Amino acid sequence: MRGSGKPERESALLEIENLHASVEGREILRGIDLRVNVGEVHAVMGPNGSGKSTLAQVIGGHPAYAVTAGSVLYQGKDLLAMKPEERAREGVFLAFQYPVAIRGITNAYFLRSALNAVRKARGQEELGPVEFMDALEDKLKVIGWDDSYLNRPVNDGFSGGEKKRNEILQLAVLEPKLAILDETDSGLDIDALKTVAHTVDKLRRPESATVLVTHYYRILTHITPDFVHVLSGGRIVKSGTKELALELEEKGYDWLREEAAVG
Amino acid sequence: MTGSIEAQVLQPYKYGFVTDIEADVIPPGLNEDVIRVISQKKGEPPWMLEWRLRAYRQWLKMTEPHWSNVTYGPIDYQAISYYAAPKAKPRLDSLEQVDPKLIETFEKLGIPLEERKRLAGVAVDAVFDSVSVATTFRETLAKSGVIFCAISEAIREYPDLVREYLGSVVPHNDNFFAALNSAVFTDGSFAYIPKGVRCPLELSTYFRINASSTGQFERTLIVAEEGSYVSYLEGCSAPVRDENQLHAAVVELVALDNAQIKYSTIQNWYPGDEAGRGGIYNFVTKRGKCLGRNSKISWTQVETGSAITWKYPGCILQGDNSVGEFYSVAVTNNRQQADTGTKMIHLGKNTRSTIVSKGISAGRGQNTYRGLVKIMKGAEHARNYSQCDSMLIGDKCGAHTFPYIDVRNSSAIMEHEASTSKIGEDQIFYCKQRGLSNEDAVNMIVNGFCKEVFKELPMEFAVEAQRLLGISLEGSVG
Repeated sequence: MRGSGKPERESALLEIENLHASVEGREILRGIDLRVNVGEVHAVMGPNGSGKSTLAQVIGGHPAYAVTAGSVLYQGKDLLAMKPEERAREGVFLAFQYPVAIRGITNAYFLRSALNAVRKARGQEELGPVEFMDALEDKLKVIGWDDSYLNRPVNDGFSGGEKKRNEILQLAVLEPKLAILDETDSGLDIDALKTVAHTVDKLRRPESATVLVTHYYRILTHITPDFVHVLSGGRIVKSGTKELALELEEKGYDWLREEAAVG
Repeated sequence: MTGSIEAQVLQPYKYGFVTDIEADVIPPGLNEDVIRVISQKKGEPPWMLEWRLRAYRQWLKMTEPHWSNVTYGPIDYQAISYYAAPKAKPRLDSLEQVDPKLIETFEKLGIPLEERKRLAGVAVDAVFDSVSVATTFRETLAKSGVIFCAISEAIREYPDLVREYLGSVVPHNDNFFAALNSAVFTDGSFAYIPKGVRCPLELSTYFRINASSTGQFERTLIVAEEGSYVSYLEGCSAPVRDENQLHAAVVELVALDNAQIKYSTIQNWYPGDEAGRGGIYNFVTKRGKCLGRNSKISWTQVETGSAITWKYPGCILQGDNSVGEFYSVAVTNNRQQADTGTKMIHLGKNTRSTIVSKGISAGRGQNTYRGLVKIMKGAEHARNYSQCDSMLIGDKCGAHTFPYIDVRNSSAIMEHEASTSKIGEDQIFYCKQRGLSNEDAVNMIVNGFCKEVFKELPMEFAVEAQRLLGISLEGSVG
């Protein structure tokens, strides 16, 4: 199943075909097909255990997940052959559902190291501490943070909401081509959700694409997806537009499971 | 995955070469005659020999301690040679007299002794096996009245000072290894900082074991007079050998009223190979006495080498308002074992101590923190803060924590925090997903874990310490 009506290959950023993946010998993804073009926002929805996060982790390259069949092309290149850091440097960004803490390393240092790794790969000059702080000023404003967050250790002692917002700061700084947001909305209160969603919306660029992995409809009221896909049992069982998300909100996921079983 | 993390932490041992130099070695074995020969070779006064013999006689009655959380085969004390010195007799006052092979050796270790190459701001005493071969910047130091020389020289030149303080912190019969050291110690450094003087240079001693089948028994004594300040650094390495070599040192520090001593160690003795063959047994007694009011002694150690480490640099906080600090990073990889920590003995009023210990275990390494905080009856309003963190890399290593707390005064305030974490795939993946290489990711995580200790090291050593752990410098912003 293709997620896009635009077939022209030039604009394809991510092309997933028949992707199977397992963790600890258990098959989680059972034949995913998905195409994401530049400029698009896709929402991947589905009940718990449907494989949403696995899909995000596999695209990111987490070593715990084994791809057993299928292919993933990113900008026409074999994504699965690339190391996680190479994917990141090429512009694939994964906002983590559970961002990890790194003690003793300041947020500023971590951000600058990441940015410089990406810049180096792009053939751009690395930024020194002062230049970096200048470049960071606008990004901080976008997410509504002051620079006190920069001197705190990465995610150490951050609240759930702060961690999610920190992921979005990284997104803003690294300016990826493909942003995959893995349940960035979960654990946020209404105000925080609004800020985060608006930030993600503001950060959209014509040459980039966003994949929102989410359990809930509410984030989609702030960022309008071009396409909505429903994942169940490791497959995309239905694709549609924003209306599909609304339908899910009303009816839940069960009717899709039944439909899939019948079909 | 974990394999590559482990490979990161275990850097190949870079200092394992042997210097081919003719040595004057006493045949293996230990008895009173051997001690007399050592004393004679050092040109010592009779009181020093008497002191050594007293220690030896005590040692004969003592038994090797085995309460620590390490295992090793029996040590044959009669199979060790207790004295080895390069044959060309070094003259301490002139570097031209030093065997070029020795100068080359220290240069290879990154410790240039020649005038033009000397480390700026650091005076170095270079100890090779049983003797000090050179001490740099002696004249600069002499101008401010600071004495910095080999302890064997100090025994001859400044007998009154040495006699007053030697054994005053670690008595000759303190423990089995300290008694052995007191009987057979060969060289080490002596530093004396006069009243009110802030030592203009960092003082440092570099210890090199070269000869085989020998033990190294150095002794260091630092005395800081009223209102003085000194920062002392210590480094060490040894060749790769299949045998286990014993290193049993004693370090004594004395701080008088308002004096401060900062003592930093980077211990990089040969750790043995992957299967646990060879490596140094590092059985060391280090203790400082805050004798005066408002005095302060700080221990910072980065322990990456040795097959077995057994050391507890401690502070006796005797003067009122005195302060003791202990900052430690201990790394055990492969079959290395470390049982290390500190002792803080609070005697004076308002005495304070801080303990920050970071243990990193990888491979089949076993890392034990063992610490004692003792608040004596008269220590009104004493305070201690202890923090013990362990990091595990892989699933075959171990971390152990044994904090002992003994409080005999109810006005004391004690705080203890401990944590154990595992460097995991998720942490590494997180960094990689932001574009960092595996190497940079591991460096960053380990470096962050050790940060509280590294920031206590003098700059030159901080860089060295981070490099030793395979860590790139964390030039943190802000």
